[in-house]
Amino acid sequence: MAVRNLSLTVRRGEIFGFLGPNGAGKSTSIKMLLGLVKPSGGHAFVLGASSNNVAVRRKIGFLPEDFRFYAWLTATELLELHGRLCGMQGAQLRERVPVLLEMVGLTPHRRKQLHEFSKGMLQRIGLAQALVHEPELIFLDEPTSGLDPMGRRLVRDVIRAQRERGATVFLNSHLLGEVEVTCDRVAFIKDGEVVAHRDLRAHSDGEVRVAIRARGLSKEAIAGLTRWSTSADLDGEHLTLTTRSTADLPDILRHLVAAGADIFEFTPDHISLEDLFMKIMGKDRGL
Amino acid sequence: MGVWIMAGVTFREAARKKLLWAAFLAGLAFLILFATGMHFQHKSLETRAVAPFLRYQLVNSFLQVGFYAIDLLAVIMTVLTSVDTISGEISSGTIHAMATKPIGRWQILVGKWTGLVGMVVAYVALLFGGVVAIGYFIGSVLQQNLIRGALLIILECLLMLSVTLLSGTWFSSLTNGVVVLGLHGLAFIGGWIEQIGEFTNSPSLVNLGILSSLIMPSESLWRRAIFEMQSPVARSLPFGPFSQAVAPSLTMVGYAGVYLISSLALAIRHFEQRDL
Repeated sequence: MAVRNLSLTVRRGEIFGFLGPNGAGKSTSIKMLLGLVKPSGGHAFVLGASSNNVAVRRKIGFLPEDFRFYAWLTATELLELHGRLCGMQGAQLRERVPVLLEMVGLTPHRRKQLHEFSKGMLQRIGLAQALVHEPELIFLDEPTSGLDPMGRRLVRDVIRAQRERGATVFLNSHLLGEVEVTCDRVAFIKDGEVVAHRDLRAHSDGEVRVAIRARGLSKEAIAGLTRWSTSADLDGEHLTLTTRSTADLPDILRHLVAAGADIFEFTPDHISLEDLFMKIMGKDRGL
Repeated sequence: MGVWIMAGVTFREAARKKLLWAAFLAGLAFLILFATGMHFQHKSLETRAVAPFLRYQLVNSFLQVGFYAIDLLAVIMTVLTSVDTISGEISSGTIHAMATKPIGRWQILVGKWTGLVGMVVAYVALLFGGVVAIGYFIGSVLQQNLIRGALLIILECLLMLSVTLLSGTWFSSLTNGVVVLGLHGLAFIGGWIEQIGEFTNSPSLVNLGILSSLIMPSESLWRRAIFEMQSPVARSLPFGPFSQAVAPSLTMVGYAGVYLISSLALAIRHFEQRDL
């Protein structure tokens, strides 16, 4: 079973990241929400309607992983086609398509056929087709895969622009650095189950890892750290601990000094999303 | 609306395939060859001052060969241009961007079917019209029941198209091609078995032939088409690939129509239900 007991709440107007290792069920979850895959049990609802509801798809945009389409269409034709499939017509399309091409940086390539496009250009035009009808909810499955740094920056800006106009973005990505700077909240999925949520805006002032070099660290001093820290590892003179907030740091320092330790280094460092990911997912067990 | 959008893009997709143009070129090459052959046959018959009745029969038989060739070309072209339509788009993921748009999956499938129908009808009309024109302008013969014959050949192609799309909702492109051409091969052999059964007065063989036509009625439509168009004298000949002593009944033609509609309905149903 790819996914079980999946229940996600995504707030309107936020950028939500959906994270997990290969085979965790991320793409399957998106496909279920979009009605591409039917759950073997239960129901999938999105925007208050069944995922099979055709009408609700007027409000949804989707960029599939590794976007592919008829290679003989030009960039403009592709967007016009997808616009028409979304119910757009004539003047509306003539106005919207150039805006989208400009947004994804493909205006100079608007008359090129897709078979002339690089992988990164295909991702960009795929992103544009997902946004053609200005959807309320946008699912992006690995939107930055195959993109160079400039392309990634552009996609990041486009995603933020969608949030600014009030749309909700559901982002599925392996690139944790991208997720960290783009998403408001994330959920972690492992073996088909959501195992953790994290508010990344709160996280920036949240969990902190502290690297300490000290002598004279007694067992009692380390045991006393449990008041503030969630983990503490001692290796010779090096103590690494994790605390819930930067506000705890002065208390920790005072506690260690009071316990008789000589402190040579005390370096706080915010836990990256990658560290968090590794912590939640555990060791790579292979695929 | 979604149906017509999909029909338009599918027609354009098919029209851009090299395969279609190769089929058109093959058809054109055939028509040139056929016209040349007809020219020499007509000249030979005139030189030998063959009686008009006999001349009519000979030209008529020659035209049957022409219709047989275009039927074969049309069936193969229909299968090969549509074999990748659903199955290939599912395996490549192209279908994902379409199936998540606010149109029903049935509209995607019916739209694709409609677009391919346009291409098949244009192809058959061109080749069929070519053979008729060659017969009329070079051989001075116009066969009977031409409209009926053309419609039956088109029906045969549409049957093959519907079965290909149905199979494409289940199998990969390659398996799909093998399944559909295999079924047509079965129907072809079954047609021969039925004719041999009639010729040798063997009810078991006839029943076996009918059974194969029930499994896949495509060949029956061709046999009915050629029966409709051939001259009364040709009908009295025993049998052969270009003439039919015993034609499939109109009931079989009706069955083929029901088979076509059922295939399309099943294709829609399965495409609606399957995971993409």
